[in-house]
Amino acid sequence: MTVFLWAVLPYAAFVSLVAGLVWRHRYDRFGWTTRSSQVYESRLLNIASPVFHYGILFVLAGHLIGLFVPESWTDAIGVHERAYHLFSLYGGTLAGALAVLGIGALVYRRRTNAPVFRATTANDKFMYVFLVGAILLGMAAKLAHSTGTGYDYRHSLAPWARSLFRLSPETGLMADVPALYQAHAVVGMLLIALVPYTRLVHMFSAPVQYLVRPYVVYRSRDPERLGPRPDRPGWERAEVRQPGGGR
Amino acid sequence: MRVMAQIAMVMNLDKCIGCHTCSVTCKQAWTNRRGMEYVWFNNVETRPGQGYPRRYEDQEKWRGGWELNRRGALRLKAGGRFRKLAGIFSNPRLPEIKDYYEPWTYDYRNLTDAPLGTDYPVARPVSQLDGKPMKIAWSSNWDDNLGGAPAYGDLDPVVERVRREASDKVRFAYEESFMFYLPRICEHCLNPSCVASCPSGAMYKRAEDGIVLVDQDRCRGWRMCVTGCPYKKVYFNHRTGKAEKCTFCYPRIEVGQPTVCSETCVGRLRYLGVLLYDADKVTAAAGTADERGLYEAQLDVFLDPEDPAVRRAAEAADIPYDWIEAARRSPVHALISRYRVALPLHPEYRTMPMVWYIPPLSPVVDALTETGHDGEDAGNLFGAIDTLRIPLEYLAELFAAGDTGPVRASLEKLAAMRAHMRAVNLGEETDPGVAGAVGMAPDEIEDMYRLLAIAKYEERYVIPTAAVGDAHRLEASALPDTCAVDGDGPFGQDSGRRRLPLVPVENFHILRRRQTADEPSDREV
Repeated sequence: MTVFLWAVLPYAAFVSLVAGLVWRHRYDRFGWTTRSSQVYESRLLNIASPVFHYGILFVLAGHLIGLFVPESWTDAIGVHERAYHLFSLYGGTLAGALAVLGIGALVYRRRTNAPVFRATTANDKFMYVFLVGAILLGMAAKLAHSTGTGYDYRHSLAPWARSLFRLSPETGLMADVPALYQAHAVVGMLLIALVPYTRLVHMFSAPVQYLVRPYVVYRSRDPERLGPRPDRPGWERAEVRQPGGGR
Repeated sequence: MRVMAQIAMVMNLDKCIGCHTCSVTCKQAWTNRRGMEYVWFNNVETRPGQGYPRRYEDQEKWRGGWELNRRGALRLKAGGRFRKLAGIFSNPRLPEIKDYYEPWTYDYRNLTDAPLGTDYPVARPVSQLDGKPMKIAWSSNWDDNLGGAPAYGDLDPVVERVRREASDKVRFAYEESFMFYLPRICEHCLNPSCVASCPSGAMYKRAEDGIVLVDQDRCRGWRMCVTGCPYKKVYFNHRTGKAEKCTFCYPRIEVGQPTVCSETCVGRLRYLGVLLYDADKVTAAAGTADERGLYEAQLDVFLDPEDPAVRRAAEAADIPYDWIEAARRSPVHALISRYRVALPLHPEYRTMPMVWYIPPLSPVVDALTETGHDGEDAGNLFGAIDTLRIPLEYLAELFAAGDTGPVRASLEKLAAMRAHMRAVNLGEETDPGVAGAVGMAPDEIEDMYRLLAIAKYEERYVIPTAAVGDAHRLEASALPDTCAVDGDGPFGQDSGRRRLPLVPVENFHILRRRQTADEPSDREV
């Protein structure tokens, strides 16, 4: 069981994520969208959606820092355990609270607004279970172990997560992790596995290229459908070319 | 000079009778689908009126189009690149479906399935958004023919602007009211703000013909284009979660056919043709400091296809020969640049729109005749233009950023044409002064008359095809490039996915039966 949860599942989730993204990009580019419901209702969405998205982005940043910045690095810049814990507690809780408030309002909106609820697919509902579950479990785990120096995940969870990327999972590290953290990690991995097959896939189309591209985009007709016409012979051209004037 | 070609449209508003045939045929062709119930790529608005979606011209609210920043450079009115990305999680300026109208159908089944009773069964309206019975309170054309004008008329943003500048010009008292119809499609702008707003880069302007399209495979549903378009002609398909818009019927245009709205127009008021323009000048023209200079600036962007230098440059820019020839015969070029009777819709949005309008003159003739004057006398007509039932100021807000000059010039040409042609038709001696007063020669007036009054199908729609020069290649492309059974795959000979020879299912079964049958007679089947 330990091996399955902490060595097989993470890789399976990762494979599902990557393979699913490739598959979806190849076979369902049309369905790759945010599937926004803003045209049905925008007042609540205008508040709740930014709150949730900014919250979840901070949460993501927190996870990356927490899991992939080893204690030796923070020690090296003079941030010690106590300060780190407080930063993690308050910063993480704030970001988590934003995400929880946002998702709460969004789920409420989705359920109570008739057109929005009618546009909700079974796939969406399934996804919401895992998304809300992962967020709530994470929040619960954080708050349940907030007293004192809190639960020091930097000696168990984080090294385990890094060991996955070294392709030598140290499953033993996860044995003594509190149950809430374990549940959060499992649901989180399942959520990662689900991303390509749900509307969450829109997170991979963050349009950063918009910052650098020219405003007006020109494109030619698809040459597969209608190609460029062949050049007319010189004697049929509209005007005699100027001597020396090339194309 | 970088010459580009654009298929453009001109609509002669004098001829529009508001029959909505264009809207209906367009709807049947393009938006008769779930998710697009509320969408009309082509709609006909009664002006004055709020339009569709309601009050779309109120750019202080919807923030469509471009504006000039403090340094005089163009920027999107809804905010620049950073602002768009920072606010991508919702779009506060997005119209809701209810700003267009809530689409509905009727509970038709009740007409046949209702239990026997004393009441006559009725088909109740049912919302197509939530499937519940609803009260119909607005539609794409609720204020058609000034319906409800005493209550709603003041909500027209153009009326508001005219009132600010000429307070007594717009009234809705019955005997003082006026109206005309404004058919609208996507403007296929030279400086499209929807394209500039799209974070995904899914929207593009086609290099060959200037048609603005949405790549459905790249659209990610960020909805910024809906806000970016000041004409609100990009729509959000609420089932697929993608933007859709008028395609200028490009599959028809490519084979030389007019758009569905043009083809089916009962009043024959639409003209289609090629315009050549200088792409290098577009940004500068759209950034003209004075809003009222935008019309002239856009005229300067267009190129004269009769000019040999332009034709040489067009050919150097790989514009096909028949497109250059089509530009010379283009009715759109004639109405916009040669006769200057067509005007752009809301040039102040700085998008350089490419669907232009000939402002309506008609009511003035009848009005003059009713007062006992000669309604087609040039002098009377010129004088009456300033006291048109449709206020000049109202037309100017629509077509010239509030400058009455171009609108009056256009209407005077139409009036001169009436006076001149009456003399011609009655066999009277024509007065060259009539044409001269509007800066045209008599034969020019007659050419314009021919184009506006009796131009046939081929003269109204001059559309060069995209495919004709390419027919041979298209034919060849139906065959595979290489033989199916030899050649190299990615990992050596015959590797990878092969295109197998086609084996019809019938042959497959006959073969198998022949190989497995016990009796020879069975094998013959």
